[in-house]
Amino acid sequence: MSNWPLLSIITFLPAVGALFIMMTRGDAQTIKHNARAVALWTTFITFGLSLMLWDGFDRTTADFQFVEFSPWIGETIGYRMGVDGISVLFVLLTTLLMPICILASWDTIDKQIKEYMIAFLLLETFMIGVFCALDLILFYLFFEAGLIPMFLIIGIWGGKRRIYSAFKFFLFTLLGSVLMLLAMLAMYTQSGTTEIPALMQQAFDPGLQKWLWLAFFASFAVKMPMWPVHTWLPDAHVEAPTAGSVILAGVLLKMGGYGFLRFSLPMFPMASEFFAPLVFGLSIVAVIYTSLVALMQDDMKKLIAYSSVAHMGFVTIGIFTFNTQGIEGGIFQMLSHGIVAAALFLCVGVVYDRMHTRLIARYGGLVNRMPMYAFTFMVFILAGVGLPATSGFVGEFLTIVGAYQANTWVAFLMATGLVLGAAYSLWLYRRVIFGELTKPELKEILDLSPREILIFAPLVLLTLSFGVYPGPVLEIMHVSVDNLIAQHQAALAAFSEVSSKPIEGVQTVVQGLSQSRGKI
Amino acid sequence: MYHAILFLPLIACIVAGFFGRWIGDRSAQLVTSGAVVTSALLSVMAFNQVALGHEPLVVPLFDWIVSGDFAVSWAIRVDTLTAVMLIVVNGVSALVHIYSIGYMSHDPCIPRFQAYLSLFTFAMLVLVTADNFLQLFFGWEGVGLASYLLIGFWYHKPSANAAAIKAFLVNRVGDFGFTIGIAAIFFVFGTLSYEEVFAAAPDQVGKNFEFLGFQLDVLTTICIFLFIGAMGKSAQMGLHTWLPDAMEGPTPVSALIHAATMVTAGVFMLVRCSPLFEYSPTALTVVAFVGASTAFFAATIGLVQNDIKRVIAYSTCSQLGYMFFAIGVSAYGAAMFHLFTHAFFKALLFLGAGSVIHAMSDEQDMRNMGGIYKFIPLTYILMWIGSLALAGVPFFSGYYSKDMIIEAAFAADTGIGQYAFVMGVAAALMTAFYSWRLLFMTFHGVSRASEEVLSHVHEAPKVMTVPLIFLAIGAIGAGFVFSGDFIGDGRSDFWGDAILVLGDHDIIEAAHHVPLWVKILPVLMGATGIALAWLFYIRRPSFPIAIANSNRKIYLFLLNKWYFDELYEMILVRPAKRLGYALWKIGDGRIIDGFGPDGLSNAVQEISRRVVRLQSGFVYHYAFAMLIGVAALASWFIAGGGGH
Repeated sequence: MSNWPLLSIITFLPAVGALFIMMTRGDAQTIKHNARAVALWTTFITFGLSLMLWDGFDRTTADFQFVEFSPWIGETIGYRMGVDGISVLFVLLTTLLMPICILASWDTIDKQIKEYMIAFLLLETFMIGVFCALDLILFYLFFEAGLIPMFLIIGIWGGKRRIYSAFKFFLFTLLGSVLMLLAMLAMYTQSGTTEIPALMQQAFDPGLQKWLWLAFFASFAVKMPMWPVHTWLPDAHVEAPTAGSVILAGVLLKMGGYGFLRFSLPMFPMASEFFAPLVFGLSIVAVIYTSLVALMQDDMKKLIAYSSVAHMGFVTIGIFTFNTQGIEGGIFQMLSHGIVAAALFLCVGVVYDRMHTRLIARYGGLVNRMPMYAFTFMVFILAGVGLPATSGFVGEFLTIVGAYQANTWVAFLMATGLVLGAAYSLWLYRRVIFGELTKPELKEILDLSPREILIFAPLVLLTLSFGVYPGPVLEIMHVSVDNLIAQHQAALAAFSEVSSKPIEGVQTVVQGLSQSRGKI
Repeated sequence: MYHAILFLPLIACIVAGFFGRWIGDRSAQLVTSGAVVTSALLSVMAFNQVALGHEPLVVPLFDWIVSGDFAVSWAIRVDTLTAVMLIVVNGVSALVHIYSIGYMSHDPCIPRFQAYLSLFTFAMLVLVTADNFLQLFFGWEGVGLASYLLIGFWYHKPSANAAAIKAFLVNRVGDFGFTIGIAAIFFVFGTLSYEEVFAAAPDQVGKNFEFLGFQLDVLTTICIFLFIGAMGKSAQMGLHTWLPDAMEGPTPVSALIHAATMVTAGVFMLVRCSPLFEYSPTALTVVAFVGASTAFFAATIGLVQNDIKRVIAYSTCSQLGYMFFAIGVSAYGAAMFHLFTHAFFKALLFLGAGSVIHAMSDEQDMRNMGGIYKFIPLTYILMWIGSLALAGVPFFSGYYSKDMIIEAAFAADTGIGQYAFVMGVAAALMTAFYSWRLLFMTFHGVSRASEEVLSHVHEAPKVMTVPLIFLAIGAIGAGFVFSGDFIGDGRSDFWGDAILVLGDHDIIEAAHHVPLWVKILPVLMGATGIALAWLFYIRRPSFPIAIANSNRKIYLFLLNKWYFDELYEMILVRPAKRLGYALWKIGDGRIIDGFGPDGLSNAVQEISRRVVRLQSGFVYHYAFAMLIGVAALASWFIAGGGGH
């Protein structure tokens, strides 16, 4: 059993499911039914298998686990898979959200359901692949391939302006990808390997590091997204179907943060240190700017999309503090946001399915007809605000504590997000949920259906339990994060030793000069 | 026992909140009230054991957040300070739970209301039993949430929703300071546990650290940020604007949360942090200044308000100011004592006001009341007791605690002490005046209510009056019975290690030896205030109108609450919205997208239209093809080992 290629199974099982769906034949009704059933079972089993990762994961080592290797293209590029304490969590997040996405699309997607399910299952394979890949090229393949199903999901099953949004999504991402590919080539020519663990040990020349860092940054910053390359996100969210938004907010955004942790920090420590102020600056702008913009939105999805940008600002700050609280807080914030933002988009989906509008002004007083919905929405709104006892608090607070140690200005400015975040969240909630129910079209609106309760129940439970007892999640990442920081500091120390030598040299020259001047 | 005190309200909240629909209104009331009453009785035992028996204890529960050196656990810490708060919180909460059975009897959402009350009680208990700053913060936010939910309980009212959001947001401004303070504490001390932080505090005296580019005193900076948090929760000047609006909530809520317990959390926090504040005279001065100013400022507004609940709300604000300036002159025991007695008489006043409102068919404007004392004599008597205690009339509870605070300010013998003394004495005069203005306008004179309303005026049912009688007993006796322990000779035994007062700061001792005129002055002021109110509202009812007319500007300034709301609307709310809109439309729309993707696509489309017409024209088709090509090329290059 321990010899099973567990990661490969988890990664490619959804693709197998997609293949099954592709082969279904029969009348429209049968196809519809089978496609849904296969997709649900596949994602569910995948989630079950990924729990074996959770169970079997050794929390005492920072090494990659469940490692698989087989030669692939030529001598250098190998099929290498493995997870550490950071990536395993993202795998779990992905496999957790997928069955929920399938359930959320159960009745709402009517046209081309077969293709829709195939796109989602392939997307799952690519996303899990991103977090498991231990080879540069393999990573790149998964990373870019994930774009295609997402592009299709927005472009085919999206709303009115879906073409514009899909195109914008693509243009932004493309820019980063090309640069990242160039950087990968450069790294290969320098080191002669594409193996990620080996590259993490590689000490690149500090000058080169800066260029490589920037190239990777271009890709990850767009994914996060960071200000000012965030404008694709609100449009993509608005047009994407509910499940698309869930995956976009829940998993795809996390690839940027994961990329920083897997590549930027360990491989380019000097450059990360050098560019940290830039990241801080952009992140703070993101927190304040997008929170203010979120305040003025009249579309629920746009509001939540902008709030995601602000939340990701906390993440990037946390990661670039290079201390335990910051990085662990950043990772936790990503996971928490993965659950909470996903749930918020699902909440919007619930009313969108009923009323076919996302405009805040079209709602009001829903609590009168939908008390269960009001409760659920409240839990996630509060988690978004970062109220203690929700998972949102743990990540937010840890990143602030981490940031304070790095730079008090950063902590001070990012903490303003606490106030602004509460403002737009509570105002949204008030306009949608509270008040009298006066609009005639809302009079007959129904509360959560059993299917919807099934979707939300695990998310509510996770949000609350990780807020009160985040231990299990934090434990699994401790060693890997410690290792990351230790290596980062070792690299910096090694460099300062090297760089201090030329300074000594200069000093001798200066001394020599002054002596010679003394002689004159 | 301690687990039960803490978790009974939580269990009750879950039962009533989630199963209220199935178990029914009456069961929800019984479960929540029963749980909190039990918790209150256990609190009395805890008070006996811990405060009177001098046996502080810590019950560890489990780890909360562990990240590197950052390790925080859940625990129940009970020392004298906590025990006092347990009595206040659970005592008032239990009475309010019972009172609500009567007050909310016509409301369609009884289980939800009871569940919120229990949730609040739980959060407040977590706050007072915390043994580290993060758990304190948890409770802090928890009570904020409960307050938000309860202010907005009648969610169909737009004003209630607005008030709820305002309360949450203004508190968040305070929390912003609190968060920075906690982060700074961790940065400096490497821990958030009270015990370790307080033990290490003396080492930090006189040390500086870099904060926002300045070199600042460590302890002063931390204390000021903690105080900003306290200002939000305890509605001190500047961050007070939410408290009067919070009166939109049902009256039992105002009594429990916005008078007796939650708003005193800031006072509790500062007293808890006495081992930090004692080492920072600057921070103490700031606290004293803000507290004294609030005591005065809120009292001036209380003079002219017409809504019965708002008068009491400003009075609360003002009394909290007293507690803060007591802390500011290191008279922590006096602050806690006033917190303790205030809980009784202010809850009594609010619930009494609730009883009036209930009797008057939900009328809150005192201009539409008057002359109803004969219809509701019991409420009338109870309101008198509450007012006597509030005004500090001798031998009622407020007399012991408030006089001690004013004397302590005098005894501090510092500039800020004198300022606080003058402000405190002036506020005492106004307190007596507005209290009796309230009594006279509500109960005396000719009734200004409609016949219809008057015909319905009735005394509240027993379930509402009995809790009032309990509170009245506290309002009469709490001062006399406990003054020895809180501020008298027994104080050092009583408080034990819960409060730190440095040797030369023992203001309470000094306050016992102030000149006689200082001791008499507050009482004199109280008597004058009552006499003035009598003159204005019984003897010469035309006086107030004449004065208001001849000093129009001052009157409007006070009536409009010093224009704080207008000011904030102008300098914060509207600019934030305008900025948000501008950033969205101009920043995102015109600049980023305009020069980014939209501009690019326009350019590309323009060029492609001119150059070729064969292709599909979608830029991303090419982009995609190109990308795949580049990727394939790169793979081939690496696979072939081209680099070497």
